[in-house]
Amino acid sequence: MTGMSREEVESLIQEVLEVYPEKARKERAKHLSPNDPSLEQSKKCITSNKKSQPGLMTIRGCAYAGSKGVVWGPIKDMIHISHGPVGCGQYSRAGRRNYYIGTTGVNAFVTMNFTSDFQEKDIVFGGDKKLAKLIDEIETLFPLNKGISIQSECPIGLIGDDIEAVAKKKAAEHETTVVPVRCEGFRGVSQSLGHHIANDAIRDWVLDKRDDDSSFASTPYDVSIIGDYNIGGDAWSSRILLEEMGLRIVAQWSGDGTLSEIELTPKVKLNLVHCYRSMNYISRHMEEKYGIPWMEYNFFGPTKTAESLRAIAAHFDDSIKAKCEAVIAKYQTEWQAVIAKFRPRLEGKRVMLYVGGLRPRHVIGAYEDLGMEVVGTGYEFGHNDDYDRTLKEMGSATLLYDDVTGYEFEEFVKKVKPDLIGSGIKEKYIFQKMGVPFRQMHSWDYSGPYHGFDGFAIFARDMDMTLNNPCWKKLQAPWQKSAEADLKVAASA
Amino acid sequence: MPSVMIRRNPQGQLTIYIPKKDLEEAVVALQHDSPDCWGGEVTLADGSRYYLEPLAAPPSLPITLRAKRAGEG
Repeated sequence: MTGMSREEVESLIQEVLEVYPEKARKERAKHLSPNDPSLEQSKKCITSNKKSQPGLMTIRGCAYAGSKGVVWGPIKDMIHISHGPVGCGQYSRAGRRNYYIGTTGVNAFVTMNFTSDFQEKDIVFGGDKKLAKLIDEIETLFPLNKGISIQSECPIGLIGDDIEAVAKKKAAEHETTVVPVRCEGFRGVSQSLGHHIANDAIRDWVLDKRDDDSSFASTPYDVSIIGDYNIGGDAWSSRILLEEMGLRIVAQWSGDGTLSEIELTPKVKLNLVHCYRSMNYISRHMEEKYGIPWMEYNFFGPTKTAESLRAIAAHFDDSIKAKCEAVIAKYQTEWQAVIAKFRPRLEGKRVMLYVGGLRPRHVIGAYEDLGMEVVGTGYEFGHNDDYDRTLKEMGSATLLYDDVTGYEFEEFVKKVKPDLIGSGIKEKYIFQKMGVPFRQMHSWDYSGPYHGFDGFAIFARDMDMTLNNPCWKKLQAPWQKSAEADLKVAASA
Repeated sequence: MPSVMIRRNPQGQLTIYIPKKDLEEAVVALQHDSPDCWGGEVTLADGSRYYLEPLAAPPSLPITLRAKRAGEG
């Protein structure tokens, strides 16, 4: 970190941990560490994917959030029932900005909330009958839906409802796909287990549907985009690059995706994995069962995008490689102009990130392209393998924090004094009130897309308009300004 | 007895993935690696060792197998 040595970072961590009781301090100390890029394995310096400590303000979500909100939710032509009390679905409705094409309520349902709205009697007598009735009603009211998924909320697991039996019965009755997902919120330590459960549900209930069906005409250039949730249109700005270089995108998982795309994914030649954390499970399964190789890529910032495009092209023949170079050359002037415009305004600024499971490492390249430096990063729900991949991306002695608490994050910001923070909505207003420029890096602060070359232009503009916003100079009331400032005003008058 | 997944990484190295531990590690030594016997004791780059029941022929990778911690018999 600029101006901070390894010892200073360590003493900063110690200082922040001081207020905790001894047991909590010991536990939290394992999750905070200065980075050491020379390490091969993150487990030597940081612990992750452990239960949050009671009494500490964590920013994590639950398994239901990981399954309904992240993996299943964006599949647009299915209806996802939030099975249980009404709140879980209602308060997370449409919050993730997964864009899609379709007519909402007719053939696409992403931003709608379907819930079984559990009442006391459903808890006492069980909710299976209500679920069966709900599925019948959906089939009557929304005949163009292609399938239904049942996303369990906590009570379903607690009262022991048999949603699998209902799913099988109703799937046969209506000749459709009904997927029960056991993603009760209390499972696991964070939303990460929800991703895994959702992946397993796709594997068990959807993926093998067309194994015996060879009617799909495949080409040698079929790929699928895995783990891109089309936030603010991200998947679209990625997709055009891949299509321009001659690949055919068979499926988008799961932003703007459909059920039939998912069923066809086993026919592709290569799986391109953007969000490793949420979809590596299904990629590994497809590699084993169908022999489809997978690779991780990164479409944030022109350097990483060009690097990833070349790595993707390396899996195909020379015609694709040639077209890949043409695509990179075509966009070069565009992104060079973006850098020429914004880099002088952003050069040398320091950023702290705290996001979910992928962006804490993926966006580093984009900031570096703008001459900015990431001085601290951390995952809400990353695992060891995510930190393994992060160590190399970050500078020596930069701050790493896993499942950071509200208190720790505030203290780190006070001491490290970054010029910009990228995190979520829960952190936004705290830091803005502290006078630190802030961008939401989950929902792109209602902007986007940020992927690909087109997205980079928007990313650069957004960072500039946040960082160099004149409002940050107006935080102090005029009568509280120091005498020195008064003198300057007097001199200039 | 964790389930482990064995595959080749893009560099052609044998790697092992242990989902329970989120461990993705290169294999540095494999006891039996011949056309008629494959498996046995596996040594990973981080020093830990596992035991795979020997197979009669090299499997087509990737493959999920049951592994024991070496030394448990």
